[in-house]
Amino acid sequence: MSLFKRITEKPWETKGVIGGLNPEGSFDAAPEKVALVIFLVVASVIFSMLTVSYYVRMELPDWTPLSDPAQLWLNTGLLVVSSILFQWARNLVSNGQGKYLMAALVGAGVFAVLFIAGQLVAWNSLQSAGYFVASNPANSFFYLLTGLHALHLLGGLWVWSKSLIRLLSLGEPQDVRLSIALCTLYWHFLLIVWLVMFAILSNT
Amino acid sequence: MSYVPLADQEQELHHPHSWVSKYIWSQDHKVIAIQYGGTAIFVGVVALVLSLLMRMQLGFPGAFDLIDPSSYYQAVTMHGMIMVIYLLTALFLGGFGNYLIPLMCGARDMVFPFLNMLSYWIYLLSVLILMASFFVPGGPTGAGWTLYPPQASMAGTPGSDWGIVLMLVSLTVFIVAFTMGGLNYVTTVLQARCRGLTMMRLPLTVWGIFIATILGLFAFPALLVSAIMMTFDTLLGTSFFMPAIIESGSPLDYNGGSPILFQHLFWFFGHPEVYIVALPAFGLVSDVLSTHARKNIFGYRMMVWAIIAIGGLSFIVWAHHMYVSGMNPYFGFFFATTTLIIAVPTALKVYNWVLTLWEGDIRMNVPMYFAIGFIFTFIHGGLTGLFLGNVVIDMPLSDTYFVVAHFHMVMGVSPVLVLFAAIYHWYPKMSGRMYHEGLAKAHFWCTFLGTYAIYLPMHYLGFLGVPRRYYALGSTDFIPASAQDLNATITIAALFVGAAQLLFFINIFWSLKYGKEAGPNPWGSASLEWQTPDTPPAHGNWGDELPVVYRWPYDYSVPGAHEDFIPQNTPESEEPTVDEQHFDPDHDPSMADL
Amino acid sequence: MTLSVVIFLLVIGSVIFHFASPWWFTDIAADWGPIDFTINVTFWVTGFVFIAINLFLAYCIYKFRQKEGHKAVYEPENTKLEVILAAVTTVGVVLMLAPGLFVWATIVTVPDDATEFEVMGQQWQWAYRYPGADGVLGIAETALVTESNPYGINEEDPNGQDDIIVMGPEMHLPVGRPVKALLRSNDTLHNYTVPQFRVKMDLVPGLISYIWFEPTETGRYDILCEELCGIGHFVMRGAVVIDTQDDFDSWLAAQPTFAETQALAAPSVAAGQAQFALCATCHGAQGEGNQALNGPKLAGQQAWYIERQLKYFKTGVRGGEGDSGGQAMAPMARTLANDDAIRNMAAYIATLPDNAAQTTVSGDIENGEDIYSRNCAACHLEDGSGTWYTDAPTLAGMSDWYFVTQVNNFKSGIRGLHADDYYGEQMVGMAAAMSGLEEIEDVATYINSLR
Repeated sequence: MSLFKRITEKPWETKGVIGGLNPEGSFDAAPEKVALVIFLVVASVIFSMLTVSYYVRMELPDWTPLSDPAQLWLNTGLLVVSSILFQWARNLVSNGQGKYLMAALVGAGVFAVLFIAGQLVAWNSLQSAGYFVASNPANSFFYLLTGLHALHLLGGLWVWSKSLIRLLSLGEPQDVRLSIALCTLYWHFLLIVWLVMFAILSNT
Repeated sequence: MSYVPLADQEQELHHPHSWVSKYIWSQDHKVIAIQYGGTAIFVGVVALVLSLLMRMQLGFPGAFDLIDPSSYYQAVTMHGMIMVIYLLTALFLGGFGNYLIPLMCGARDMVFPFLNMLSYWIYLLSVLILMASFFVPGGPTGAGWTLYPPQASMAGTPGSDWGIVLMLVSLTVFIVAFTMGGLNYVTTVLQARCRGLTMMRLPLTVWGIFIATILGLFAFPALLVSAIMMTFDTLLGTSFFMPAIIESGSPLDYNGGSPILFQHLFWFFGHPEVYIVALPAFGLVSDVLSTHARKNIFGYRMMVWAIIAIGGLSFIVWAHHMYVSGMNPYFGFFFATTTLIIAVPTALKVYNWVLTLWEGDIRMNVPMYFAIGFIFTFIHGGLTGLFLGNVVIDMPLSDTYFVVAHFHMVMGVSPVLVLFAAIYHWYPKMSGRMYHEGLAKAHFWCTFLGTYAIYLPMHYLGFLGVPRRYYALGSTDFIPASAQDLNATITIAALFVGAAQLLFFINIFWSLKYGKEAGPNPWGSASLEWQTPDTPPAHGNWGDELPVVYRWPYDYSVPGAHEDFIPQNTPESEEPTVDEQHFDPDHDPSMADL
Repeated sequence: MTLSVVIFLLVIGSVIFHFASPWWFTDIAADWGPIDFTINVTFWVTGFVFIAINLFLAYCIYKFRQKEGHKAVYEPENTKLEVILAAVTTVGVVLMLAPGLFVWATIVTVPDDATEFEVMGQQWQWAYRYPGADGVLGIAETALVTESNPYGINEEDPNGQDDIIVMGPEMHLPVGRPVKALLRSNDTLHNYTVPQFRVKMDLVPGLISYIWFEPTETGRYDILCEELCGIGHFVMRGAVVIDTQDDFDSWLAAQPTFAETQALAAPSVAAGQAQFALCATCHGAQGEGNQALNGPKLAGQQAWYIERQLKYFKTGVRGGEGDSGGQAMAPMARTLANDDAIRNMAAYIATLPDNAAQTTVSGDIENGEDIYSRNCAACHLEDGSGTWYTDAPTLAGMSDWYFVTQVNNFKSGIRGLHADDYYGEQMVGMAAAMSGLEEIEDVATYINSLR
């Protein structure tokens, strides 16, 4: 039933059980997935607010564009690999194949950790070149955006480590199926956020 | 992945074994609701006391010497922030949202009970951080609840070193807690409704809380972002919001930031925040009115659409708080228009509440007193909003007591009257006992009449042009001495209302032990939460089997029915349906005289 | 039933209160009648709705109260009724919004013939600037603000040289001419409000906001800051005097231009020293103060403060009823013939050795510190040294008994209530931080520890 039709029905006219034998769920998905998608919308609002602020602030006269360290290209590659490995793990687990699952899962996490390490290297090189957080608003935004993004990734790694531990202790792919699917979605989201941010940072 | 409907799963409830795990580290939504509610009311009392201290100063300057200029501004700030965020938001969503959503949705609990518990404890942490600011050097921030930079972190503002940082940290922590709770409420409403419970069969309470939570999830990020950026400015010396300025004669090391950018972000959160508080109140009061009028809520669909429309519009009106902020004045055309458009769905809600009473069979129970009191104060507060929303009228009135009177009427008194209505209404279900009728009525009269005595005259101080946020009026040419007499009267009314709240607390605690047994459904209510097998509902809510819903929650006084209400879980075979009576409202003779 | 009657009475009472209320808009003194018109339209529309809905509400509560054998009517919705109500509401909203938008269009469109002036706000003072003969305001910015150039005018900009500077709370404008106020701030947000003009606008650091109006009535009106700007917000006052064009022109001609304020000759310390002989009788040869003769310590006080107080004594702003010390100062100050003599005197006092005065009071130092750091330090600074920026004199190391007397005078209205003592009036407001003599002594004790 379309959303419009749903909210225009006259509830006092129909009696009885609508929707058959099952309880009502608005979406055909696990609640965890619904919650994650909503959270992704919330996170998108956070990053959009920062982006809007970025563009507003950029218009003011004291803005000096920051030349982004080349390290960021490498980091982008690391995050792409991490995302691909997660997708692989997800495909494996939904096909019921446990063989390379552990390798894919560990690899995905390790590349994400490498990405964060790479971001720290980028911070470090900026610092040693004299670009501190308070030197210029462009720098401030760079540190703020990359830092917030890395924090989100760290949150994902926490869930990743929990699934890894569960897989190690139980060894059953089915037990980690949902959390791998959710992690994959989250990783793709953070990859897109990063790509958008990277594009904005390097073009302004 | 095949989908297993959630409510059908024998959900793994965390079954508590000890008193501590049952009442402290509880994952039961009802216990968490009461924890949320209790904490919120406690900080609310702190904020109430702060407001009384301010009123003593304003009404009788120099007579009490309870607060000096510095602590006055701290009281202004903490009173506002606590009331808006830590009391109203937490109590409506964390308190009533938690208690009622699973019960009204026919679910055993929230979908993520552990996250729900975590949400409360993180909320408590944010409250403790906020309270800690009373005890740090310099005290809490005195920047006003809007925390506008650059003032908030400058030496001329109380609490500009520790206080403001604790405030920003506390807000950040609160937003984390809110997001955890909010994801839970929304997902539960979407995915955990029992069989037969379509969205359009949900009570308006759930609709109000549901939409308000969505607003919160989208609006709080703006506050989060501005809080983080302001923390950077304060602690790391960045210049997101801080322009080149002078503090006590020497230039500060800031350059180029935009204070107005902060205001946009703040009000992009701040205006939806008004509706985060108002929409749950709209929902709760609708259900109270319908139940005690023994009549379905009038125009249910319109009520749902209005909630959605108000929620949507609330994101494009924020800059009406900034008409005189120095932003591009051409924005005024757009924001005045959108703001006044909101008046239409809001007015429709008011009409429908009153029309719900029309041809009802009104039981003047205590919740009904508060609900009708709400209609009156909300009409008043809503209408004064039309003054402030219209940009040219806002010019003379903004930053005067008219604004203070307006938002206290619409966002203070009105939601609080609904809170009391709701607490008295659901108290029998929560505790299994009735409140004391006489005390509750006394509480209503003192609160309703007392608050009107505070805020009606306050509008007139605003017309006169008396500025808000003044520790003392000092001498001016245009404020007559009589304004001070009026201030004194307002203060006396405020002290009276403050003291009258004791009646509420006495009643709530006394009745827990000595109140009459209430029975499962003392109001004869049709909605699902009154149909639980136990009162108060046990852990898991529904005993062995989840309920099945056959009708909407407003089947009151259905023609031909055995009683004047039909519970939502009564199968159609047991009661006649309206269709059988060939009901057609357009040809109803009783509508002829409208 | 009772509630129905009460709501009826509240509606009647509100209407009576409205018409009986002596509190209403101030008499308008600018050409913004259309704003008042919009207010009146809104008032009648909303007033009608308020009365109509609430009376209907009261009627419903009365008419449909619970009765034996009565049953509510089952009536889920009535689309026709709801559409009519929505339409009527929309008409009401348009009725209020339309004039609002039209008036707003005139508010945002500044007429071409409006003359500009500038308002500058800073914690917690007002200052004003008028374009000089060239009719153009020179460039000014916060980064350039110093004690000798408090307006921060760029000295390189030729347009700024003839700008007329008013460092003080009172400004003048001519009647019957549209004016555009350019608003600037040096620190926090402030707000320029004159209730009788109906318009107001924030002052935002980092940008120039504006508002325009046309004064229509001569007279003196309060300027208020209506944007919370820190602890001194409530004492940040100013005044605008609306003059006839002639009066305005002569007032303006008497104000110094920027170039004149920068070209003041250096004061003569020697001349000041010669005149100081008279002062030394009571204030001591080194300006160290003498409590027995009621002469506070002068050495170490900031020159601008000495100058201002001497002018106050000379013109009777200080030394009114009850202020015996101030009355004694009046004839002394009159021996200083003109502003140059006053500046010479202040310059000489600035050369005197600044040794801390003897302490004479003792109180609860912790309470004093608490009060001082929360309420006084914002202007007088944490170390009690004071600053020209907030018009706060030095307190640390000065005569504590004099501090006690003066705060007492502020509290009891002996000092600070003279119409021209703007800065003193600020202290009248702030002195409420100390509840009485005991707390004043506590604060004095703490200030003694700052030397």
